[in-house]
Amino acid sequence: MHQSKLSLISAFAAGLVFSLGLLASGMANPEKVLGFLDLAGVWDPSLALVMAGAIGVGLPVFQLVGARREKWRGLSLIGENIQLPTRRDIDRPLVIGSLVFGIGWGLAGFCPGPAIVATGAGAIKAVIFTAAMLAGMGIFHLLSRRQASV
Amino acid sequence: MITIDWNAFTPWSALAGGALIGLATVILLLLNGRIAGISGIVGGLFGRAAGETGWRLTFTLGLLAGPALWAAFHTLPPIQIEADYPLLVVAGLLVGLGTRYASGCTSGHGVCGLSRLSPRSLVATLMFMGAGFTTVYVTRHLLGG
Repeated sequence: MHQSKLSLISAFAAGLVFSLGLLASGMANPEKVLGFLDLAGVWDPSLALVMAGAIGVGLPVFQLVGARREKWRGLSLIGENIQLPTRRDIDRPLVIGSLVFGIGWGLAGFCPGPAIVATGAGAIKAVIFTAAMLAGMGIFHLLSRRQASV
Repeated sequence: MITIDWNAFTPWSALAGGALIGLATVILLLLNGRIAGISGIVGGLFGRAAGETGWRLTFTLGLLAGPALWAAFHTLPPIQIEADYPLLVVAGLLVGLGTRYASGCTSGHGVCGLSRLSPRSLVATLMFMGAGFTTVYVTRHLLGG
């Protein structure tokens, strides 16, 4: 099979497993996410354990790939270029963007992954949220392209 | 004092679901050599970079197809959305803009970034968690929700 075709299938599999993980953990449900963000109410710590479970699996493999990358000539198991972020600076867009994201997250209980999964489940309110989120991403794209061309 | 909601707390399904999410990031890393950050994958579709559109689309289709696969074996877990339409639009815009300016969201910074021990991702995660806690405190306890 052609390499890039294989990469389409593996990306689909990764998205599918990600989706099942969000459903199994309850994180596709905004009310459960808000139960975590509501420290002053009766608190549902589940989201912290979702993060712990994900990082518990991810961390050893990310560290392994980081260490072996050169030995693997920068190629993944199916021959794709391994692209990992290299930036280490803490800049304004990182901080301000994260704060803006956190406010939106707290208002509706949705972050991007769960919004798309809930859209797949046919929840009409999730479709509305996801449409607005895509609009926000589109606005960012237009603004950053304009900035780049100045 | 923090009071734990023992009826809502689901430690085992949270850990197991989290492990599946971790597995998904590992699949994308080992096979595609890419970071499983949802906002970057979906937002990156606007840029139509050569060779980057196909896998981003199939990953997104996988996310969308998850509920159908789940529903073939089980009833879907509840999805409760309290926010009304105007609030959903405002929140969606903020999440879309914020995650793109921050170069990541809960998955890219929170899961993959912390797994990479990235200082940028640690700062981002503390910022969006802090903003999320504060926003829910304001809407539920100061404004009375």
